[in-house]
Amino acid sequence: MTHATTRRGFLKAAGATGAALLIGIRPDGALAAAADATQLNPFVHIGADGTVTAIVKHFEMGQGTATGLSTLIAEEIGLRMDQIGFDFAPSDAQVYKNFLFGSFQGTGGSTAMANSFLQYRQAGAAARELILTAAAQEWGVAPADLSLEEGMVRGAGNAAPLGDFVAAAATLEAPAEPRLKDPSEFRLIGNPEVRRLDSKAKGDGSALFAMDLHLPGQMIAMIARPEQRGARATAYDDSAAREVKGYISAAVLPEGAGVVVYAENTWAAMQARDALEVTWDRSAAETRSSDQIEAEIMAALDAEPAYNVNGTDAAATRAAIDAAPVVVEETFFFPLLAHAPMEPLNCTIEATADGGILLHDGCQFPTGPHMALAQIFELPMEKIKINTMLAGGSFGRRATPTADYQVEAALAFVMTDRSRPVKLVWSREDDIRSGYYRPAFGHRVRVGLSAGGDITGWEHRIAGQSIMKGTAFEQIVVQNGVDHSSVEGAADTPYSIPGAHFGLTDTEKATSTLWWRAVGHTHTAYAMEVMMDMAAKAAGQDPVAFRLKHLPGDTPDQARMAGVLTLAAEKAGWGQTPEGRSQGIAVHKSFGTFVAEVAEISGDPENGVRIEKMTCAVDCGIAVNPDVIRAQMEGAIGYGIGHVMRDRITLTDGAVDQYNFPDYEPLRIGDIAAIETHIVVSDQPPTGVGEPGTPPAAPALANAIAAAGDLRISRLPMNENGVSFA
Amino acid sequence: MKLTVNGSDYEADVPPQMPLLWVLRDTLGITGPKYGCGIAQCGACTVLMDGIAVRACQIAAADVQGDITTIEGLAQGDALHVVQDAWIAHQVAQCGYCQGGQIMQAVSFLSLVPDPDDEAIDAAMSGNLCRCGTYPRIRAAVKTAARRLNSG
Repeated sequence: MTHATTRRGFLKAAGATGAALLIGIRPDGALAAAADATQLNPFVHIGADGTVTAIVKHFEMGQGTATGLSTLIAEEIGLRMDQIGFDFAPSDAQVYKNFLFGSFQGTGGSTAMANSFLQYRQAGAAARELILTAAAQEWGVAPADLSLEEGMVRGAGNAAPLGDFVAAAATLEAPAEPRLKDPSEFRLIGNPEVRRLDSKAKGDGSALFAMDLHLPGQMIAMIARPEQRGARATAYDDSAAREVKGYISAAVLPEGAGVVVYAENTWAAMQARDALEVTWDRSAAETRSSDQIEAEIMAALDAEPAYNVNGTDAAATRAAIDAAPVVVEETFFFPLLAHAPMEPLNCTIEATADGGILLHDGCQFPTGPHMALAQIFELPMEKIKINTMLAGGSFGRRATPTADYQVEAALAFVMTDRSRPVKLVWSREDDIRSGYYRPAFGHRVRVGLSAGGDITGWEHRIAGQSIMKGTAFEQIVVQNGVDHSSVEGAADTPYSIPGAHFGLTDTEKATSTLWWRAVGHTHTAYAMEVMMDMAAKAAGQDPVAFRLKHLPGDTPDQARMAGVLTLAAEKAGWGQTPEGRSQGIAVHKSFGTFVAEVAEISGDPENGVRIEKMTCAVDCGIAVNPDVIRAQMEGAIGYGIGHVMRDRITLTDGAVDQYNFPDYEPLRIGDIAAIETHIVVSDQPPTGVGEPGTPPAAPALANAIAAAGDLRISRLPMNENGVSFA
Repeated sequence: MKLTVNGSDYEADVPPQMPLLWVLRDTLGITGPKYGCGIAQCGACTVLMDGIAVRACQIAAADVQGDITTIEGLAQGDALHVVQDAWIAHQVAQCGYCQGGQIMQAVSFLSLVPDPDDEAIDAAMSGNLCRCGTYPRIRAAVKTAARRLNSG
């Protein structure tokens, strides 16, 4: 595997060997071949020695994308997985843009496989055709007589490794539309035995994260940030900091956004920052506390919503519900949540010999910091380079519309003489207290049921803090005032719900808000699936049967949603719950993927709930890497469960109350005894798997707890409702 | 200060109160032990001191007593430790940032409790956080490693 090499090292090596074969795309979007990286930025690089490297345009935060995209290349060329390595792509939106993000290069929304599936296979297929054509020319036979398997070209009595034909292949014209393998020919795609390419490096300590980078002469920068959003640093006193060995200097960031402390090493930076006395101007600071924010959201739910999300007649829905013999009503509250990836945020900036800037970063959204740095350094885009490194988790945090931490690093660097690289490091306390958060939301849902237990009306009000408004994404995501990320998973539910009406009201932000693994689905799925459970119970019907009744198969989505629901129920032994156990179920579509989960618990809220088993069924189209999909479901379930058990970010007078893992306690190993995942066999195009496992996990648990007693948890986290966990 | 890490002797000119974690990472360039919380609440910095798992963020340079082993020093030449092999076989790592600490904790645990059940594994590993949620595989890998260690 080659990912440990830096991009610069890679380019140098690629340039030095000369006779390489690179497959990329020309400015007009057509596939092209070249012999070195000065001519094009590639998707696949084959060295003169036959070493194949997938150039991965998405970053790797653990979701398995580097392995996934490499699998596509290896499949189409005809390689074993141990014959391919990967490197991360440079920042070049023209070549590496995410088709689902317009003209931006970036990772998010569980889009990596969906937007790369054809592109990376085409690049691999083009490489294969070029190699075979070159071999055929050398041997004087027809390309059709040759095969390429496990890196060996064979046919017409000849056999040679593909590396023998690299130089000749690089002189040929790339095929415009190379033939892709038929799914019946797949040996790697869909193969559960395919291993991740990064397991060994992550098991022997050699994997290099951005935090591990140590450039010669580097300074560590840490920033004293305001406790309240909007407070400004006006001055500082570093007389105590100067006593810290290794302290270099401090400087106020532009607009008083904070005070940067420069030091020779990380420990000195931490000590010096602690010793720094900063004067804050709090005149524009946020001063609200959590109870006030919650009260504002609840007041918004009481009022007529600002936006009619799905265009239906609210009065008609209300009338239908009012006329119904049975009405089920619930109000939900979802707190702020932090992402808290294991690797605290960091990145390093250095000046390059050609007058440019190089950013080393576990970079989720290269185009954002690329543009921001070009502006800050007043340089053309081509003078800014990004070396994407492994990221120790993200869950959305590393992709901010403002490129927040990269901009901090750039400003910290600008204020020096630029002779020394600057590595910006966030502490865990910075991460918990000064970051971006899953916004707080409230839902109020009223459901009318007929005497026969059919839904006759569903009025659903949502109020909370928009993620997209005020960002560069507003124009794309916000339509008619509605931030889609506030209502996704509710207003666009695949269920057939007669008389459904969805309304939205924005409330004022108290913190910076950001997408958090599964974004709006993190709260909409909970409200939808707890309400479905409550409605089923009120109708006197089995929760699975009740849901299936509202998924009659009128659309492909309904059929797929019913498919995972049925599969999860069957595998979990739904309806045959063992003595002393309780089960709850939830199903949800997000990011094009359908997931149903059954939570099985023992105990009860008073004496301690133990999560014995989570059974998951997922339909993500073609399962490219089944083991990666399983791992993502396991992780996403844990992420969803861990936060609803006991996590919330609260504010007192505008300042975050929590500071580190003791009071923002993530899931631990003993919290879920077992997770089982079943993957639906499908020939549909592949969709994402990083996020969709999260939304149904929390409502499945809530529904299991309700089944164990009579406690309906509508205000999160669960431990705030007197629920203890064993 | 003098210290022995992964069988090599080092001399480091650091303040006596600097935590071992930063001595290793910033001074010696040994980056397998990770910074995750700085207050012994996540286990990402776990190393062995004379074979026992300790949190490197909580041991001042002056208090280091005994040989230090980090994730980089676990393999014998090209042969990975049984626990590392089990981690790879079960495809435990996602982002991987915490896994060095997880593996060191498991190595120390299995040296004390050779044949643990789920409950014992959960108790021993509960101080090592993984935000990716790789816990089911950690449990499975510890069991696989235990079986292999016990079969000699």
